[in-house]
Amino acid sequence: MSETPVKVVVDLSKPKGQRESIIELTQAEIDEREVMATEAEAQRLVDEQAKADAEATRQSGLDKLIALGLTEAEALALVGA
Amino acid sequence: MTMTLVEQITVGSGGAASIEFTGIPQDGKDLKILVSARSETNSGDIMAYLNGDKTSGDFSRVLLKGNGGSVFSQDSSGANYLLINNGATESGDTANTFSSLEIYIPNYAGSQNKSISVNNVGENNATSSDISIYAAIWADTSAVTSFEIELNDDFAEHTTASLYIIS
Repeated sequence: MSETPVKVVVDLSKPKGQRESIIELTQAEIDEREVMATEAEAQRLVDEQAKADAEATRQSGLDKLIALGLTEAEALALVGA
Repeated sequence: MTMTLVEQITVGSGGAASIEFTGIPQDGKDLKILVSARSETNSGDIMAYLNGDKTSGDFSRVLLKGNGGSVFSQDSSGANYLLINNGATESGDTANTFSSLEIYIPNYAGSQNKSISVNNVGENNATSSDISIYAAIWADTSAVTSFEIELNDDFAEHTTASLYIIS
């Protein structure tokens, strides 16, 4: 197993059987990959927060409907299970 | 309509940071990429690129996702890649399972901005497992000549990627 990350490059302009190359990443590519990974992680955290916010809003609405006198089943039927 | 498998590759032992198809023939109408992926770590987010563009901020997307317990939607723009959350099954998920990911790019050889649709299903025999759809665009009029997917970490051995041309 190589210590340096590799990429699989498939050149479709070549004949079958000669297309696939396994190439070690250059240091620049490794650095770029780390930057992209940081960006992706930041985006993932934004996604997770938005998801948590949406769930909190949903639960808040559900609680208010139940406080108005609806059963949980009725409230869930309105907002979706 | 004819769908032609141009190439399928399988990641070998040791894994791979990325998988890239280059020299995509320009004689088709639409492009379809099917990926069955697993990450070597607990990070399964896939970044997809077209024509090696990693800096333009030309990717935008709208996503709808459910995970068995809740649903979630989001839109974002100005990204340097198309981020496909949990596009690969993660190492903590059920052993020896792989995601099912489909990426479709109509009119890939044309001179309009490129729309991209994505369907993704994670694989995990547990309470929570993601299913998601994306509508995305790459705001670039160039014909698509290369396609790359990348993980924060490595694609595990036996991950496969197949490229089809629809004509």
